[in-house]
Amino acid sequence: MKSIAELEAIRQRTLDKVLLRKEGKDAVRVVVGMATCGIAAGARPVMLAFVEELKRRNLVNVTVSQTGCIGMCRLEPMVDVIVPGQEKVTYVKVKPEMVGRIVAEHIVNGRPVEAYTIGAAEDAR
Amino acid sequence: MELYRAHVLVCGGTGCTASGSGDLLKRFEEKLKEHSLEKEIKIVRTGCFGLCEAGPVVIVYPEGTFYSHVKVEDVDEIVSEHLLKGRKVQHLVYVDHATQESSVTKSLEEIGFYKKQKRLALRNCGVIDPENIDEYIAFDGYKALGKVLTEMTREQVIDEVIKSGLRGRGGAGFATGMKWKFTYQSQADQKYVACNADEGDPGAFMDRSVLEGDPHSVIEAMAIAGYAIGASEGYIYVRAEYPIAVKRLAIAIEQAKEYGLLGKNIFDTGFNFDLHIRLGAGAFVCGEETALMASVEGRRGEPRPRPPFPAVKGIFGKPTMLNNVETYANIPQIILKGSEWFSSIGTEKSKGTKVFALGGKINNTGLVEVPMGTPLREIIYDIGGGIPGGKQYKAVQTGGPSGGCIPAEHLDISIEYDTLTAIGSMMGSGGMIVLDEDNCMVDIARFFLDFTVDESCGKCAPCRIGTRRMLEILERIVEGKGEMEDIDKLETLAKNIKATALCGLGQSAPNPILSTLKYFRGEYEAHIKEKRCPAHHCQALLHFEITDKCRGCTLCAKVCPAGAITGEVRKQHTIDTQKCLKCGACMDKCRFSAIVKN
Repeated sequence: MKSIAELEAIRQRTLDKVLLRKEGKDAVRVVVGMATCGIAAGARPVMLAFVEELKRRNLVNVTVSQTGCIGMCRLEPMVDVIVPGQEKVTYVKVKPEMVGRIVAEHIVNGRPVEAYTIGAAEDAR
Repeated sequence: MELYRAHVLVCGGTGCTASGSGDLLKRFEEKLKEHSLEKEIKIVRTGCFGLCEAGPVVIVYPEGTFYSHVKVEDVDEIVSEHLLKGRKVQHLVYVDHATQESSVTKSLEEIGFYKKQKRLALRNCGVIDPENIDEYIAFDGYKALGKVLTEMTREQVIDEVIKSGLRGRGGAGFATGMKWKFTYQSQADQKYVACNADEGDPGAFMDRSVLEGDPHSVIEAMAIAGYAIGASEGYIYVRAEYPIAVKRLAIAIEQAKEYGLLGKNIFDTGFNFDLHIRLGAGAFVCGEETALMASVEGRRGEPRPRPPFPAVKGIFGKPTMLNNVETYANIPQIILKGSEWFSSIGTEKSKGTKVFALGGKINNTGLVEVPMGTPLREIIYDIGGGIPGGKQYKAVQTGGPSGGCIPAEHLDISIEYDTLTAIGSMMGSGGMIVLDEDNCMVDIARFFLDFTVDESCGKCAPCRIGTRRMLEILERIVEGKGEMEDIDKLETLAKNIKATALCGLGQSAPNPILSTLKYFRGEYEAHIKEKRCPAHHCQALLHFEITDKCRGCTLCAKVCPAGAITGEVRKQHTIDTQKCLKCGACMDKCRFSAIVKN
């Protein structure tokens, strides 16, 4: 190794890969409902779309995990996005095509996509 | 850049490997492929997490779920339930037996075992893949070496180590900074840095876990030491009985060399440093510094008188700086975070943390790291989870065969170098063997002495002859053939050997005897005067008796090899204690639990 800068470069590029293990308390959490209702409604492609999108954009302080059924099965697939310091936002009837917008507007720019939220779905009834 | 949404950490320390964690890894990889999850989920083999009693251990991130006692069959469930569907497998989650707290309801850091620990030397163990240098670098690895080579002078480095107050973690507790300074001051055409990774103490596995879980921390520290004292080469003396540690060290050195972190002109500063591994062949005495150096040179491991000290004349006659693995593991952080930070942890005379290997009669066997000054009671009960089976604590043996026991009256002692020596024990390398009411202290002393007699190199008469005489006396006592003057003989022998033996092995061999005599003299006297073992342990002093639960089935009489049991059918039988061989065959055979040992 010829310089400290080279060491720093290795550090940076690997840190992104292992940050997951530090249980980043200030990470953005994306929680996808993956109970039977969720899976049947197609939650796995949605989860994979999130992982793909995060990968594409090189976003690292975001964790993607799964959870069980919260009860509103008719609205599955459901995704909670929890940004530290902000209110939890629940997206309903999420399709893989919607993921790009959620990541871009909510996770990157801090503006929840109102049209996709549970509030909007309720009002529409 | 591949992004994994979950990391599954499988413990690859020796303990869990012996329990089959290697098979777990294979199964995980198979199952992930089956469910097409290999691109999303990363399997990592790490070093020891510390809670060895719970092994094999698997931790899933980002949730931080701690699975314990994982078997190969359980892997299928973890993959299909947790990794695929996000449902934690409840029956595999670790539950703290003492408090019944589950690690699902609390985060891992709040569980009794980890709550009071402060993992500095063990910071990367269980977190990184020790066979991947990139992961070590990700967690600030080799940053300290970079800082030292580009921003600090050799004198500044030594000064930092002195100010930190770090003391040798191998057992003697000598001021590390001073040792570096003395070697720095010696003038020679070649100097060496050395690492004592022999870890001969029975029951100790602190160094092993660091070497298996975070070998780069030792490599980096040795390079830093080399710069400071002016050495261009180093030797790591590791016992051959640690194959996993040897393998990981070799891989780590190879990887460091590839990255130019070892070898010529490191970080373009003109500093050269190379490391060699030397294997020990199983001699406890080779953990002693001068014997170790003799062994590195290819000679028989025997100590020699000092002065000259290794800092002046060591390996191949050159100034050598030998430190223990754990001592080195602390160095990178002292450089990065500063001596003030380090010296703010611990007590006035004992700075930093200490790693202990908890074993024996304790619930949470494993590896713990606590700040110096932690009360022993906390280690035994809060972290260790107390004594299994509700038994009574009797003593804890610290420092292995060189140390002494700490009885219940000193449970509130603060664990640091000087307090332990003041009560007749010592910190030692960190082995802590917990003993309960069923352990016989005389037999424990005999056990440790048996070990030291075996390991004595034979060079000096006090150790070669003296320890053997002490062992003979102890063996007579546990067989019920002791006499009261034996205790006086033991004490005289012990004091003389301590004062005249050539090296630490002989000088400390009498410690278990002196310390058990000090606190458990009553047990010795019972063995001698009453021919009785208070803990009901020493076979020779036990009488087998048939109680009135006996139904006269005659099975015991038939199985007794000495023909010592007599009695009529359907009437209570009796054992002739003169003929009895104390083999226990009758007790095994009895279906009515009518035979007892007294």
